Formats: sequence, structure tokens, C-alpha cells
Amino acid sequence: MPVLVFAENIEGKFHKPAFEVLTYAADVAKMLNTTVTALTIGDAADDEISKLSKYGVAHILKASDTRLKDFNSTAYTSICKQAAEKINADVIIMSGSFNVKALAPRLSAKMKAGLITQVNDLPKTENGFVVRKSVYSGKGFGEFNIKTAVKIITININAYHITENPVQAQIEAFTPQLSDSDFPVTVLEDIRQKGKISLTEAEVVVSGGRGMKGPENWGMIEELANILGAATACSKPVADVGWRPHSEHVGQTGLAIGPNLYIAIGISGAIQHLAGVSSSKVIVVINKDPEAPFFKAADYGIVGDAFEALPKLIEAAKRIKSVQ
Amino acid sequence: MKILLCASKTPDTTTKINFTADKKSLDNTGVQFILNPNDDHGLAGAMDLKEKHNAQLTVIHVGDMSVEPILRRCLAIGADEAILVNTPPTDAYYVAMQIAEAVRNENFDLVICGRESIDFNGNEVGDMLGEALGIPSVAYVGGIVIDGNTATLNRFIDGGMENLKVNLPLVITATKELAEPRIANMRGIMQSRAKTIKTLEPAAIDHLTELVELEPPVKKSGVVLIDIAEAGKLMDILHEKEKLI
Repeated sequence: MPVLVFAENIEGKFHKPAFEVLTYAADVAKMLNTTVTALTIGDAADDEISKLSKYGVAHILKASDTRLKDFNSTAYTSICKQAAEKINADVIIMSGSFNVKALAPRLSAKMKAGLITQVNDLPKTENGFVVRKSVYSGKGFGEFNIKTAVKIITININAYHITENPVQAQIEAFTPQLSDSDFPVTVLEDIRQKGKISLTEAEVVVSGGRGMKGPENWGMIEELANILGAATACSKPVADVGWRPHSEHVGQTGLAIGPNLYIAIGISGAIQHLAGVSSSKVIVVINKDPEAPFFKAADYGIVGDAFEALPKLIEAAKRIKSVQ
Repeated sequence: MKILLCASKTPDTTTKINFTADKKSLDNTGVQFILNPNDDHGLAGAMDLKEKHNAQLTVIHVGDMSVEPILRRCLAIGADEAILVNTPPTDAYYVAMQIAEAVRNENFDLVICGRESIDFNGNEVGDMLGEALGIPSVAYVGGIVIDGNTATLNRFIDGGMENLKVNLPLVITATKELAEPRIANMRGIMQSRAKTIKTLEPAAIDHLTELVELEPPVKKSGVVLIDIAEAGKLMDILHEKEKLI
């Protein structure tokens, strides 16, 4: 059962989610006693692509076409199908990126291959091909069996620990058959915040709620986040009143994140908010209301005023980071 | 212009989730069902376009007649007609193909789905439908402007947003930024009673995945509280014991 893993690059560079799925795919291949091939699409340079060999993947297909600079789910779907057929892949693995959210379902429909998205752990293969994912926005877990010969799964960002396992990699150029109709989308502009840690990829997230009392008090949240190398987030009411941009809203209707550490300051923990952060590994809650529901979902907590706690946290974080 | 909204039925966002003893389904006792919130944003976005371009709006649901109040609300908000494909929505591919079969000859210009349903969190049906209908699909769309045959979209990308252009027909999956959900007014509610919900029998479609079991989340062992006077100690625990910072 050869494994195909899609290693996605952003503007020619590979990021953590790509290394996570490579590690995951290498582990699945080991489990199934088979080989693993990585697929890259677009304009990453060979020395950038060779970085992928650090994660136990020895065969890399490099699909190039001048029209692939912009993301077109149709073209990417066609390339993935051709690559999967080329290596006779039975398992196709992708990250949880925004592009994959369009790509994986299209590929599933095109290949008639069962898809389960946002998986956290390795599959169980004793009885079919069973993967586990969070359902009801974190209020439960479901196990699903993929019944088709070819199986597609997407792995939540931050869910799988990266392990380095350098191998000698062979990079094989791959020219997919594409037609102009595979490129319906014209990208006008990509707007990425430069120098900011992406919220979905961040390992540590510092988040503020209504308890922060106003946008002018976010300096302390940002300072703590800067010291910890963390991304900043917020609750829905805070985004709704415009204290923070909507792009920072985590929760059921905002972004779902799963950092290693989530620090919630002045957020009561409504069930809709918990839905977006429940896959965080460790949750710290700071709230002056001891009855705040968030404490039930927390690993560590401080009952008290955010404005009293934050300076102490900042000072301690500075001390720890200064000796590192 | 003809717009199709795919409507999914989900538990209300505040629902406490319990599963049945056989671990195969949601325990419906006391559960209030609503239009999937992401679809509700899609419905509002569809209404904006309907009003601007004098479009015809159809709502489709795969499930059973228990969805009627939800479809009536869509009609009251302003959808022109509703279609129910009468079969349990048990697998994303199955649902997408049922919708594709039901609307294949209807030539919708724009199909809108919520970015994901808040029950199985798949984010699959919309883009599968695009593939099944042989038309482009764009996922996680937070803004749309249509001019003639061209849609200009804002979609989420990792670390930001992308502005893009694509011709109709098209499938999009909607995020909450697309439009704020609407509330039905009395006139709409009255009018909705005269609108039809057409029921279709399902096509023969395979299931590609099956649910094995559902389980509640692992309970946290309990919160370790730290006195605010020693708040800094928390950072030491996160550094030394948890090795997270």
C-alpha cells in the first residue's frame, strides 16, 4: 500500500504543517510496511525541496508547470490524482491547510476515494482503515472506517509531533497533464501579515476576552505573546465589537486551533469558544470569576484580575526567556 | 442568476452533546436543531446577492422531513423554493452526490455551502459537489462580488486572505465573514407558507466511509490553581514541568 503525501509550500517555502504530515506519512508507511512518496507542486527550489528528506521520505515527485504559481483546486486535484496513480498509492495524506480544504474533497470525489478530514492520530488497520477525529466541534470524538481501496486523510495542524529522520532523497521531476480549463482561478492579490506567527500553526497562543475591558489593554497580551513567541487570539465578543480583527477569533464560528499551550485571559469559556480550542494540549485560564466554565476545561488556572496577573506573568516569562 | 444553498441541520451551538448507548448516534433528547451556523452565513450571503441581482434562490437539504422548520425559516428569510432529498446524510460523498444528482440539470450559477457543518466538521460536501458538477470550487470564502459572469472572491489562505477572480458557475463554501445571519420578518413568515418544499427520492450512491463509534471527549483531570500573588510560578511550571515555553 504505497503512501502519497502532499507537501505543500507557501511562496516556495515549506513550513511546519508540511513537516508534520511528512513525519505522519513516514510513520504510516512504516506501519503498513510500504514506501512513501512526497508530492510537491509549484515553484519550490530543489534545495528547498531537499529539506523534505529530513523527515524520512526518500522519494519526492516534483510537479512543475508555469501555470501552477496560483492555487487552483481543479489543477491541484488533477495533479494529485495523476501522482497517486503513478505510484499506485493506497493512502493519500495531506495537511489541514486552507488550500487542502478545497483540494482533498475534490480529490475524494474525482477518485471516488473515501476522505476523513482533520485526523489527529495514526490509523488503526486491524479491522479496516479506521481514523479518529474530533466531532461536534470538539464536544466528542468519532472513529470512521474508510471503505474504499484508496483512502484520503487530512491531518490537523499541530496534531502530530515532528520527528527528524534524515534519508537520502531522490527528487523526480513530474510533468502532469493539465489543460487550460484546470486553471479557472486568477489570483489578484495574496495578503499575508508579514512577520506574524500564523494562528493556526502557532505552538503557543495567548488569547484575550471581554475581561480585558478594551482594545487599549491588548499591549500586555501582545507583550506576553512576543516574549513567548506566541500568536495572539481573541474570543467572539471581542472580535464582534471590533477590539481585535476577526482573523484572531477562535471558536466554533471562528478558527479552530490546537496549539501545545493556550493561555486564555479574561475569557469565560462559553461552549462555542471551547469548541475552537479544545484540541489544545495544555490550557491555562486566568479569570476573576471562579465559576467561569473555562476552569473546567483548564489544566492550570489563576482566579483573579487579569491586570494583576499579566505583569507578573510577563516578568516571569522574561526571566525564563533571558536565561534560555 | 440562479443560486443554490446547501442546508445542513445541526444541534444548536449551545447543546451539550451526548451519544446513544450503542455509540452510533447523537442522543437527540432535548436537542434543539438549527440551520448549520456556517450555512446561515451562506444563506445571508445568498440573500445579499439575490437582492442585488434579482436572483432565484433554492435551498436543498439531504435528510428527512424533520428539517421542515429549518427549511421554512430559509423560505421566510427569502429563499424561493426548497428541495428535500429524502435519505439519511450519513457520508459526505453520499450527500454531495445526492445534491449533484438532484440539481445536475438545473444549471445553478452559484452554489453556496457553509464552510463545514458543526456536527461532523468535515468541510467536504461543497468542494466534492464542485467536482461532481464539473465546476470550480473555492473554499472558505469571506466575501463575494458578482459582476456579469465573473465572481471576485476573498478567501482564507494560511496566514492571510486571497483576493481572486473566477467565472461562474461556481461553488463556494462560506465563512462567517460572508454575511451576518438574517432574521425572518412576519411578512416573510406568512409568504413562506405558500412556498413549496419539493421532496425527491435518493439516487443510488455508494458510501465511502462509515461511522464506527462516537465517544465523549476525555475529561480533564482537574485544574491546578495557582495563587495570583505567585502568578509568575505558573510560567515556571509551563517551562520546567510542561516544557512548553
